[in-house]
Amino acid sequence: MYKILRKEVFSETVKLMVLEAPLVAHKAKAGQFVIVRMDETGERIPLTIADFDAEKGTITIIFQEVGKSTMQMGLMEEGEYFENVVGPLGHATEIKNYGKVIVVAGGVGIAPIFPIARALKQAGNHVTAIIGARNKSLLFWEDRMRAETDHVIICTDDGSYGRKGLVTEPLKEILEQNKDIAQVWAIGPSIMMKFASLTTKPFNVPTLVSLNTVMVDGTGMCGGCRVVMDSGAKFVCVDGPEFDGHHVDWDLLLSRLSFFRDEERQAVERWKEQDHKCRTDIMFENGIKEGQNG
Amino acid sequence: MAKKIIVPCKVKMPEQPAGERVHNYQEVPYGYTPEEAMEEARRCLQCARPTCMDGCPVNVNIPGFLALVADGDFQGAVDMIKLTNALPAITGRVCPQEVQCEGVCVLNKKFEPVGIGRLERFVADWEAGQGKIAIPQAPPQTGRKVAVVGSGPAGLTAAADLARMGHEVDVFEALHEPGGVLVYGIPEFRLPKAIVKREVDYVKSLGADVHLDFIVGSVATLDELLEKYDAILLGTGAGLPWFMGLPGENLGGVYSSNEYLTRVNLMKAYRPEYDTPVSRGNRVLTIGGGNTAMDAARTALRLGSKESIIVYRRSRAELPARAEEVHHAEEEGVQFNLLTTPVAFHGKDGRVTALECIKNELGEPDASGRRKPVPIEGSNFFIEADVMVIAIGQSPSPLIANTTPELKTMKNGTVAADTATMKTSKKGVFAAGDIITGGATVILAMGQAKIAASAIDEYLKTGVW
Repeated sequence: MYKILRKEVFSETVKLMVLEAPLVAHKAKAGQFVIVRMDETGERIPLTIADFDAEKGTITIIFQEVGKSTMQMGLMEEGEYFENVVGPLGHATEIKNYGKVIVVAGGVGIAPIFPIARALKQAGNHVTAIIGARNKSLLFWEDRMRAETDHVIICTDDGSYGRKGLVTEPLKEILEQNKDIAQVWAIGPSIMMKFASLTTKPFNVPTLVSLNTVMVDGTGMCGGCRVVMDSGAKFVCVDGPEFDGHHVDWDLLLSRLSFFRDEERQAVERWKEQDHKCRTDIMFENGIKEGQNG
Repeated sequence: MAKKIIVPCKVKMPEQPAGERVHNYQEVPYGYTPEEAMEEARRCLQCARPTCMDGCPVNVNIPGFLALVADGDFQGAVDMIKLTNALPAITGRVCPQEVQCEGVCVLNKKFEPVGIGRLERFVADWEAGQGKIAIPQAPPQTGRKVAVVGSGPAGLTAAADLARMGHEVDVFEALHEPGGVLVYGIPEFRLPKAIVKREVDYVKSLGADVHLDFIVGSVATLDELLEKYDAILLGTGAGLPWFMGLPGENLGGVYSSNEYLTRVNLMKAYRPEYDTPVSRGNRVLTIGGGNTAMDAARTALRLGSKESIIVYRRSRAELPARAEEVHHAEEEGVQFNLLTTPVAFHGKDGRVTALECIKNELGEPDASGRRKPVPIEGSNFFIEADVMVIAIGQSPSPLIANTTPELKTMKNGTVAADTATMKTSKKGVFAAGDIITGGATVILAMGQAKIAASAIDEYLKTGVW
C-alpha cells in the first residue's frame, strides 16, 4: 500500500499527488515512469515521475483526468492509499552537457519535462523551456520551471496567458534564430509531440519525445505499448519511454492510442451513472468540511 | 501380492458440458469424488520396477501415493507428494501427463494409463477441503539468506525447498500478484486463481516472504541483492512475447497472447467490476498451436466471440498443446485452420480486419523432429476477423541481463546455466525455468528449481562455487 501524502488540485482535471514509495524514490531518475493501481479492480496506469525525493522516500505524480480510472483517481484524498506503485520503469533520460537545449511541454507534459529540465540545467546546459496549455487554468509549475531553467516561454491556445498560439511557433522561431541548439525534448499529447518533431526536423536538431502508449505490465511482457520506428517495432516500456521523434511512425501511434476509445467512453458513462450519487455525497461532505473550515 | 486385475480405462472424471462452460470461466473438470479416486488409484499395478517416476521431472513417489489413495489415506498421499512437489494442485492440472508419468505408465502400452494427474489434483484439493493444510515443522534456521526473483512455478518451488532447508527466503515479484504465468497466463477455467493463491499461501507458511511490485534489475540490481543475500535464484520466466514481423502486425486488434491473456487473467477484464478493457471481437483468430494458443482461443469464446479459429502452420499431429486442451478446445467449438501460415495482416482505419495466409504441405522432419511445413505457392487466401492473437512463443525478458554484464546469455536471450546445478556464470546466482529453457512447462521449471535449491543449499554449506 502506498500512501498519498499530499494532494494539490491544479485545475478541475489536473491533480498532483505526492506518494510514499521509498523503493521507487530511491532509484528514480529523470525520464522514468511508474505504474499505479488504485485498488483491486483498478487498471494499471503508467505515469511519468514528475519529481522524487530519495531522502523522504516520496515521488510526485501529476495526472489529467481523461477517463474513468483517472477521474476516480482524482477523487482520492490525502491519507488514502494506492494499492500498487511499481517502478522506476523505462530508461532514464541521458543527462550530459549538450550545450544549448530546448524543452517543450504541452499540458500535463509539464510534469515529466520538469525533472529533465532541472537535471539538464544542473549538468551545465543552457535550458529554454516552452510550456503550453489550452488555457491559463491548465498551466502549472511556472515558478518551478523558471527556477530551474534559463528562459521560459508560455503559450496558451486561447491567449488567456502568455503568448496566444501553439508551442511549435516559438520553437520554430528559436531554431531559426539560433543555429547552435544541440537537442530538443518535447513531451505532451502525442499530436503535440508529432508536430514538435516535424518542426525541428528541417533544422536537423535531434528531438526526443516521451511516449505514453497503451500499456499493461510495464516490464516488456505484453507488447501492447509497441511503437514503430524506422528501425522496426519497439516497446515503449523497456526500450523507451524516450524515442527519437524524427523516426516515430506517428500516425500508427495515434491510431493505436485511440484503440480502446469506445470502451473508455462507455466506462465513463457507466461509472457516472452508477457513481453519480457517490460523487454528489462526496461533494456534499466536502462542502460541509469547507464550510466548517471557512 | 496377488496378481492385479487390469482395468483398461480411467474412471471418468465428470466435467462441465462444453455448451455450458463456454459461457463461464469456471473450471472444466469437476474432479474425482473420494470413491472415484480410490477406484482409479486401485488401477495402479504397483509395478515392482515402476517406470512412471522416470517420467516425473520432480520425482514424485507415484506408486507410493497411489497406494495410499487406494487405501483412502488421502492425507498420507498428499504428504508424500509434497515431499518433492510443493504445488500438487497446480501440477495435477497443468502438467502434460501424457508425455510424462502417464506416458511411461506400463498400462499405457495397451490400455489407458492410471490417471496420475487427476489423482494428484484430487488429493491436493481434498486436503484444502479439510480446511487445514498441514505445515511441516520448521527446521533449524541456518542464518543464510536467499533472494528468489520471480514468483512463478520455478520461484515458488525453489522458495518452498529453500525454506524447508532452513534458509531465510525473500521472493521478489514484479507484478501486483504472486504466481507469474500461473496468474497472468493460464486462464481461470484451466487453473482457478484461488488454487494458485492457496499454493502461494502454503509456500509463505513455510517461511518465505513475498515482496510484490519489486522489479529486480530496476529497484535493485543483482549486485545490490548480493550485498544482502548469500545466493540468488532467477526464476523470471520467459516474458518477452514474440511477434512475426509481418506487415500490418501493429494494427489495432492484433495482440500478443501475453497481452490478451494478461488483460483477461491478471487484470480480470472478463469481470464487469474490473476496469481493464479487452476487445471482445466477433471473430477471433489465434496464431499458434501450443497451450497458450488453446488458452487464448478458448478465452475468446468465453468473452463472447461468435467464432474462434486457430491458425497453425503444421498438421494436427504436430500441435504442441496438451492433448486434453486440444480436445477441450474442439469440444467447445474452436475451429482449426491447420497447415496455414500467416503472411500479412490487413486492416482499415487502423484496425485489423483480415489475415492473409498461405497453405502448407508437410515436408521432411526439421531439427525438432516434426515434419516441416512447406508453403504451397499461389495458395494465398484471407480469413476475416476483428481480433487476432499471436501465440507463437516468447523468450526471457532482457531486463536483468541488461543490468548484469557478467551474466552470460545465449543468442536467444536465455540465461546460460549448468543444468546439473543450475549455476549461472555469475557467482552466487542460480537460474531455473523458462529463463533457461526459453518457454517450456510448469513442471520442467519446477524440476530445475529443485535442482537449483539443492545446489544452493550445497553452496551455502560449503561456500564452494
